[in-house]
Amino acid sequence: MTTVTQHKTVLDIQKIRKDFPILTRKVNGKPLVYFDNAASSQKPQSVIDATNKYYSFENANIHRGVHTLSQEATSAYEVVREKVRAFINAEKSHEIIFTKGTTDSINLVASSFGKTNIGEGDEVLISAMEHHSNIVPWQMICEEKKAKLKVIPINDDGELMMDEFHKLLSKKTKIVAVTHISNSLGTLNPVKEIIAAAHEKGIPVLIDGAQAIHHTTVDVKELDCDFYVFSAHKIYGPTGVGVLYGKEELLNSIPPYQGGGDMIKTVTFEKTTYNELPHKFEAGTPNIAGGIAFGAAIDYINSIGIETIAAYEHELTQYALEQLKTVPGIKFIGNANERASVISFLLDNIHPYDAGVILDKMGIAVRTGHHCTQPLMDRFGIPGTVRASFAFYNTKEEVDVLVTGLHKVIDLFK
Amino acid sequence: MAAIKEIEETIVEEFGYYDDWMGKYEYIIELGKSLPLVDEKYKTEENLIKGCQSRVWLYAELEGDKIIYTADSDAIITKGIIGLLIRVLSHQTPDDIINTNLSFIDRIGLKEHLSPTRSNGLVSMVKQMKLYALALKTKML
Ligand SMILES: Cc1ncc(COP(=O)(O)O)c(C=O)c1O
Repeated sequence: MTTVTQHKTVLDIQKIRKDFPILTRKVNGKPLVYFDNAASSQKPQSVIDATNKYYSFENANIHRGVHTLSQEATSAYEVVREKVRAFINAEKSHEIIFTKGTTDSINLVASSFGKTNIGEGDEVLISAMEHHSNIVPWQMICEEKKAKLKVIPINDDGELMMDEFHKLLSKKTKIVAVTHISNSLGTLNPVKEIIAAAHEKGIPVLIDGAQAIHHTTVDVKELDCDFYVFSAHKIYGPTGVGVLYGKEELLNSIPPYQGGGDMIKTVTFEKTTYNELPHKFEAGTPNIAGGIAFGAAIDYINSIGIETIAAYEHELTQYALEQLKTVPGIKFIGNANERASVISFLLDNIHPYDAGVILDKMGIAVRTGHHCTQPLMDRFGIPGTVRASFAFYNTKEEVDVLVTGLHKVIDLFK
Repeated sequence: MAAIKEIEETIVEEFGYYDDWMGKYEYIIELGKSLPLVDEKYKTEENLIKGCQSRVWLYAELEGDKIIYTADSDAIITKGIIGLLIRVLSHQTPDDIINTNLSFIDRIGLKEHLSPTRSNGLVSMVKQMKLYALALKTKML
């Protein structure tokens, strides 16, 4: 993120928009302005085509058949594992575990890591800005193991209080799990510093990359994180596919999550021996079509370059912040110095729901509500926010449409 | 008091005057401001219809053999919509409320509020109003 401003924008946005068929849609008679990218991003034609092509010409189960189709499907699926490895610069492709999504990945770690590494009186350290997906799985394992969930507080700007974090790290801490970028505030957390500090005490760290993977270069080797998780659907890929990156040694040391086909070496009724990585954590037939389409999404991003994308999104976000400031009564929730293309705000005493309904009427898709971060909303003493989140196919003109829309909202409710 | 069906017809007629969504929503917002508000003492956790988006309190009591509803919400559009429901269902008998099948929502073009993602949508409000009617009916016996 620190380097992004140095890249000049070289994106031909109008050309890029043509790659996303949904962007030609009208909603309520108005051209769609899609600003709900943090919830799920839109898909380029190549991703849609890959799904189609797979089911039309390549469909077969993987890792099991000797026949041609099965072998082709297996290679196509495994190629994606390698693509993901390269994309996040992991050491080995078997450190990439395919899951259903971020939520599934975190549940896997909480359950499998928790089973062998968390005990009575131990602590799990998360932050006040976590998505429910990075709260509830830890709460569940803590309850089961009689361990304690500890929370790194945030300041009024929505930044982690790092001095508090350092104080909360203790002998009892068994794992730290924090988000790379907040889905509600846009805050970019100093994850490298967090990981280094935890490692000094021998504590592993999981990074929730659901909001980061498409907005910034992620290099797991450089970060030195122990686990990194994200969803394909937020990075222009299909729903129902996600990634758990884990360091080989750690993944080998924890038990499997689910039992079934593919994850075994031998099965007798007396004893089953488990397969090696990554299959040990991939029980059952996976989302093969989704995996292959995810590969197409990574190709698409690589064809533009994540740094180019990040630079443009940074520019667009700065523009949006400037323009939104002119809206009377606007109050930003989250004013972090380091931030991504997520902007949460309130308009005086207009309820986010009211604003969202009216904006929808104008074809503008924003998210309203608590964004699956209820404890964070409680921290700010608000029921929710209006959230606009941008992708690289969004334009400054669309930001202007939002600003005009907000003026209309204010007129209506005053 | 007019019958449920008649009030529905009146509402459909009123909304017929607006041919764009802006007008419709301005009207709903106006209605929201004149909602028969629930007494503060009934704004309890128990009377809260829970959902993701906005909070809605709903209360009902008997007046003779008729049910009187009052409500509140922190979102104005929600207030307007529940105001419409109250206009149709308040001052009716439990049986009429339980047996009615409301059609006006669809007909005035507010169908989107019936979708399950609008979690505080009309569906749960209507359901709650009918539940109140059922409960109060047993009280009358
Ligand atoms: C920060 C963060 N973590 C986790 C998730 C959950 O992702 P999924 O629903 O794809 O599992 C999200 C999605 O909104 C998110 O923004």
